Amino acid sequence: MPTPTSSREAILSAIRRALAVPAPKPGHHAGESEPQQEPQFENTFSILGQEAATSQKRTWLPPVGESWDEWADLFAANSLDLKTQWILCADEADLKTQLEKLKSENGWKKIGLHRGELTDLAAETLGLENLYVDGGYDAHELEKCDAGITQCDALVAQTGSILSTNKSAGGRVLSILPPHHVVIARREQLLPDLPAAFELMQQKYGDKYPSLMGFITGPSRTGDIERILVLGAHGPKKLTILCV
Amino acid sequence: MAIAPEKIEVPAGSGAAHDDNFHNPPEKPSAQFHHDADEKTADLRHRELIQSALGKYYVARAGKQSKFQNWGAARQTAAEVKWEAVGHLDQYLREFEEKITARGTKVFWASTEEEARDYIVGVIKDAGARRIIKSKTMTGEEIHLNAALEKEGFEVAESDLGEYIVQLREEAPYHFVFPAMHLSRGEISDLFREKLGTAATDSPEELTMIAREVMREKYIAADVGISGGNFAIAETGMISITENEGNARLSVSLPKIHIAIMGIEKVLPKMSDLALFLPMLATAGAGQALTGYNTLLGGPKQEGEIDGPQEFHVVLLDNGRTKLLADPEQRDALSCIRCGACLNVCPIFKNVGGHTYGTTYQGPIGSVITPHFKEMQTWKHLSSASSLCGACTETCPVKIDLAHHLLQNRRNAATQKPVWWEKWAMKGFAWFMNQPRLYRLALKLAPLAQAFHPLVKGRRLDPLYVWTAGREFPKVKRETFKDFWAKRGNLG
Repeated sequence: MPTPTSSREAILSAIRRALAVPAPKPGHHAGESEPQQEPQFENTFSILGQEAATSQKRTWLPPVGESWDEWADLFAANSLDLKTQWILCADEADLKTQLEKLKSENGWKKIGLHRGELTDLAAETLGLENLYVDGGYDAHELEKCDAGITQCDALVAQTGSILSTNKSAGGRVLSILPPHHVVIARREQLLPDLPAAFELMQQKYGDKYPSLMGFITGPSRTGDIERILVLGAHGPKKLTILCV
Repeated sequence: MAIAPEKIEVPAGSGAAHDDNFHNPPEKPSAQFHHDADEKTADLRHRELIQSALGKYYVARAGKQSKFQNWGAARQTAAEVKWEAVGHLDQYLREFEEKITARGTKVFWASTEEEARDYIVGVIKDAGARRIIKSKTMTGEEIHLNAALEKEGFEVAESDLGEYIVQLREEAPYHFVFPAMHLSRGEISDLFREKLGTAATDSPEELTMIAREVMREKYIAADVGISGGNFAIAETGMISITENEGNARLSVSLPKIHIAIMGIEKVLPKMSDLALFLPMLATAGAGQALTGYNTLLGGPKQEGEIDGPQEFHVVLLDNGRTKLLADPEQRDALSCIRCGACLNVCPIFKNVGGHTYGTTYQGPIGSVITPHFKEMQTWKHLSSASSLCGACTETCPVKIDLAHHLLQNRRNAATQKPVWWEKWAMKGFAWFMNQPRLYRLALKLAPLAQAFHPLVKGRRLDPLYVWTAGREFPKVKRETFKDFWAKRGNLG
């Protein structure tokens, strides 16, 4: 069913008609003469340009520190707050040990995962029944997996978030359908803040964005009943991040 | 303008009661407001639930907001970015449309709620689909989408926990961010027991797990996922969805068709603007640094991708927004990011509750925009439901001057259609206040008249009934302030 061009045109021309009268700048009231008569749009955005506006954002958002160690500490603190399990591995041998531990603690029998350097390493280490999503999968089968293991694009210290896309993390569903989401990331993937995360997306994907990108911040949660926090509303009840 | 609410045939016993006047459709909105407000303000159980829920919000929000290095500057910039976006809305919308269409998304422009409903129903019918999973969309509430879908015989499931609860109760969301805030766990347990046959429990966790189990099957079985959208990014042609539960991610990933519906004002110029808007929405809306899932969607499944819907539709809804845009005085109300903070701090909202408003958008923002979206004279009473304390203006993360907009609505309503008796009452009062002798006489007589007050006090005959029905009237002093001042001898 095509859009009736009439509605599109009607809306756009109504917008243009409406905008013929300028509105007062934020922080000013209508009727104050000076901003009403201002000839041109001037705000932080247009004066400084996008890049300056981005670097300025840094000075307003929650502080993150300067060094990698500070970022890692902040990520650990945020994880505690969010009830994310954050494991900083010393090396790949330690990563393997941690994976084994997770397997026995959680009684994993079957895992869902995608092809990737770190996820392949995990599959090899765990030696469980694997469901690889790369070539397509059955959602019912994926739902029966005890955990979904993925990689990601980056970790964001400021908010304790994982930045991932359907390209980096094995599609849209793997990270959300199984009850336990496990993310394996490299140390150099830890970013300080949200502006850095958006810069990375732009640099990495240019105009070829994957169809789904986004931040995962803690396990699935709800407060809809008496504003009391419950984990695992619809997505994973547990979220583990292994950083190596 | 029509005063009657939009006519929608509501199938009996369905979740279709999501109508603005779900209480009692023939009742006039202002009469319904007064009636429900009287009832809710006296309901102590309601007050306790709301106070306790909002108490948790205040603590969480204060904690997260204080982590910002400069909340004031962040607010000013957020306001300016929205001002830029709304001030060039046509350009940004066209850019958004061009970019998102290039990646295989279908964009539909709907002037009215009817056009939006018809399009969505058409898409679903054309695909031969039947089962629909919805993640929270207030724009969907605004266009009464559920009623229209159920009328067509589609199976509609609200997946957001709060929305699911109010859908089962066949009522509208209580609060546009916290839909089931007015219910205790006991009531939710009773509801689930009645509708789903589950065992009684007083654990929020167990209740959540019941909903989780019900929904899991529905996500996988659904043919169509319907969501809202918090932001539309012009630069890259994407929509951004903010949520906590993961229900939106599942709803936009598993079904073969995804339809997103959003107001035309949701646009932001740049993707990186989200570095500011996502944490501000989470902080102001729920006292979180960032919500659980923030998802950017730039199209259906692309070539080489593993999964995702084959079709992605974005419905851009006007439905009165261009009318609000045409009012430069209140245009900034289109900057609203629907965080709900103004409801949470509003003394009126806290006392009368969300349902009393009878609107899709409750609280101060709803009172400001509803008369523009619908009709001024029918909805002007909402702008009087304000203490003018300004808490809404102060808390708004995008600096919408809500408290003044409420005053402007009052002024506009009175200019548009003056109330004859108010005009005469003010004239009479002005005349009286210019008669010093009469004024002094009235002061002398007042204590005398008050002695007879108990005869009529609190009854309809009482000239002060509106006040005395629920409150004490202060005792009038025999000695006026003037007398007292003269006696002190301070005049010389």
